[in-house]
Amino acid sequence: MNATTPKLEISRRQFLVAGASVAGGFLLGLPGGGSAGESANKQIGFFVQIEPDGQVIIGSNQPEIGQGQRTSLPMLVAEELDVDWSRVSVRQMPLGIVKTDDGFAWKYGGQGVGGSTGLTDNWDYMRQVGATARGQLIKAAARRLGVAESDCTTRPGFVVLASRGVEIAYGDLVTEAAELPLPEESPPLKALKNHRIVGKRQNTVDALEIVTGKSKYGIDTFQPDMRYAVIARAPVLNATVKRFDDTAARKIKGVLDVFEIQGPAMGEPYQILASGVAVVATSTWIAMKGRDALTIEWNESPSVNDNSDDFWRENSEMLEGDGQVVLDDGDFPSAMAAATKTVRHSYRVPFVSHAPLEPQNCYAYVQEDRCHIIAPTQMPSGASRAAAAVTGLPRDQIHVDMTRVGGGFGRRLTNDYVAEAAMISKHTGWPIKLQWSREDDIRNDFYRPAGIHEMRAGLDDNGKLTAWTQRLASASKYYRRPNMPDEELFGAELYVDDFPRRCIENVRLEYFHNKIGLPRGSWRAPAHTANAWVIQSFIDELAQESGQDPLQLRLDLYGEERELPYSNHGGPTFNPGRLSRLLKFVAERIGYGKSLPKGRGIGIASHFTFGGYAAHAIEVTVADGKLTIERIVAAIDCGFAVNPNAVDAQLQGGTVDGLSTALGLQITVKDGRIQQSNFHDYPLARIAAFPALFETHILPYDDTPTGVGEIGLPTAAPALTNAIFNASGLRIRSLPVSDYLKT
Amino acid sequence: MTTFRINSKTVSFDGDGDTPLLWVLRDELRMTGTKFGCGIGQCGACTVHINGQAQRSCVTPVAAVANQAITTIEGLAAADDRLHPVQQAWLELDVPQCGYCQAGQIMATVDFLKRFPAPSDEDIDNNMTNLCRCGTYARIRKAIHRAAELSAASSSTGARE
Repeated sequence: MNATTPKLEISRRQFLVAGASVAGGFLLGLPGGGSAGESANKQIGFFVQIEPDGQVIIGSNQPEIGQGQRTSLPMLVAEELDVDWSRVSVRQMPLGIVKTDDGFAWKYGGQGVGGSTGLTDNWDYMRQVGATARGQLIKAAARRLGVAESDCTTRPGFVVLASRGVEIAYGDLVTEAAELPLPEESPPLKALKNHRIVGKRQNTVDALEIVTGKSKYGIDTFQPDMRYAVIARAPVLNATVKRFDDTAARKIKGVLDVFEIQGPAMGEPYQILASGVAVVATSTWIAMKGRDALTIEWNESPSVNDNSDDFWRENSEMLEGDGQVVLDDGDFPSAMAAATKTVRHSYRVPFVSHAPLEPQNCYAYVQEDRCHIIAPTQMPSGASRAAAAVTGLPRDQIHVDMTRVGGGFGRRLTNDYVAEAAMISKHTGWPIKLQWSREDDIRNDFYRPAGIHEMRAGLDDNGKLTAWTQRLASASKYYRRPNMPDEELFGAELYVDDFPRRCIENVRLEYFHNKIGLPRGSWRAPAHTANAWVIQSFIDELAQESGQDPLQLRLDLYGEERELPYSNHGGPTFNPGRLSRLLKFVAERIGYGKSLPKGRGIGIASHFTFGGYAAHAIEVTVADGKLTIERIVAAIDCGFAVNPNAVDAQLQGGTVDGLSTALGLQITVKDGRIQQSNFHDYPLARIAAFPALFETHILPYDDTPTGVGEIGLPTAAPALTNAIFNASGLRIRSLPVSDYLKT
Repeated sequence: MTTFRINSKTVSFDGDGDTPLLWVLRDELRMTGTKFGCGIGQCGACTVHINGQAQRSCVTPVAAVANQAITTIEGLAAADDRLHPVQQAWLELDVPQCGYCQAGQIMATVDFLKRFPAPSDEDIDNNMTNLCRCGTYARIRKAIHRAAELSAASSSTGARE
């Protein structure tokens, strides 16, 4: 994924600094750039604040997009600090950028959530912050009592000197603790078995605010003198404004300004996606009415001939020729020639949109020497970069505040809406909030890349798979990256170390790039959503056509537990045996192999995604052309579950996302126009699509947590389509399912 | 000028009568618990009660609610420690992920449970149409059943709306 936020290279521990809070509390955190211990930086970068009354405020440095980071990361700090979780409140940190001699540093560590890395990147770091803070409190108590630090211990909120029966509340020690020098090394971390907070189910810290309507999202930003803006964007991909008439719009009371927004040149790296005309008004609704009243003439776009039908035909034609061989293990051609049975099928994966429920929005106030951004974003450093590019201001004069985010799914890794907002504020000089409509969102997205996957495999006399190829013709996500050579475009679409590499001897992967004009980007679990569906469908077909059991064939291929090298994101290793364990578990739970009535079927699938492992077993009924999902069993192995409640939620959500998308979603283009626009023609699944029999399981593995945000998604769709085949004999080789069955 | 009651307070709006109630709530009254998701009544993030009935405020012109009584998520509970049973159930089951749709889900559920005090799963499937992009449906389903239990318990003791 493009989670490219720079990380502090040197040990973060060196940067821990203590200081006093405004309220007299104790703070611990990172100073900005430069050398450690600069006293001028005491007020910034703090993660831990203990007030004299014992309240603990823990900073969360990562964006909260619904994945639970605002709960999970402070849990890590609180565990090592040894405080009562119920006395902890959480504060959202802004983007922490500081100028250094040779560029910029990130005073709160890397900030950005993508690729299921939020927790794994901060697992050691946040625990060290907590352990160091606890160590300082112990040191302060030991000094006051005139004993050795080693004589003291803690219980939640107190330093304890057991030999004298003395306890001192953390709140009483904060002033002294804040003045003590920090250790060179972080104190040792707790053993997992001693955890009281981490590893236990904790509820979402913001749940009360959410259910009472108080939680603030980007869209809820209101600032002094703020105006409201919308943009009429080009209806055809890559079209530009020829001329526009704003007479009627300007007659609407409350419309303040109307002007052109210039989009990027076709194929060039972008700050924003589309050309258009901005309308600024005294309210969101008046801005929208002003937009409706515009008459805009557009120049003909180079993408005016983009059509989904042509795209699919071109991909098929490309597959007739030879592509770029990106992996060639063993001797694929000879193994295919020697095979006693060969199987070949093609699968089609459509473009899909992210559609986070909070439409894109951004507050921007560009002044001569500074810029303030308030945005729902997954990548605040990208927001800063976008605003800098638009305004020409130095990065350290751009202040980025993050709100709670109404869904991410990868869409808000890209900050095009931030750049647009900065353009409008720069042009008008006003603080403005840019608001997208749902139609703006569906039609101006960085879609999940679409493609045709041609699969071929050969089996020997014993039904053993000896040769395997995946030939993918698709529109690569990397298409618009600066300095990206064509031969590296495949890297976003085929992860070479994915299964079945090293589980089958002769494996070849081949890539063909189709340069359609649709923007593409990272969609939750990027290429895994396509490849898990294709690979797990094809395995099922191979089992069927060679008279083998789909579960047993997978278990035979995965084999025993062993670490295989894995160079793609989520490595450095992949253990296929962990997939076997999950698959056997879900199969047993759902009663795999039991006799089923006519029209009923069970499907299974398993996959390794970004370091984590997941499996699904799904039972369906197909009758009279209608599909009913009867039961869902999902399981995840994320190593160690920091907050099992959040892991469970992500597995449920990933399952729903995977199924909703497979059931009914696709983006198509006709004459350069995106044909979908809102939830009536981009029908996210509703509650009725999901059965009451919907269970999720966490299978612990070791002491190391993996991310969980994307892991539970990729296997849902193939388990579903495999179940449909098992129930009805209908093999779905092109998504969405709603093209074939009523859902 | 349109006058209506909101969470037991009388308010008036002097803009165009075709302005959707949603945008009056959000931009004029700064009551931001009610969310904008689609603008065409599809997703339900903007669900409020008009005279006790769940309605989608993004497609309700403010003129249509003149002299009507509106309840929003902000007015559902008397206080944070006196939550509505549906909110309590949402907390117990820890339903929210991103949380953006949840105010609408809760407002829809309050109305739904008035009509189906002891709902079956089929009742839920046939009547609950709000979208959740994060996919919290499994917990929403459980929370609806739990809220029905809590409501039954509190109405038997004489409390509640």
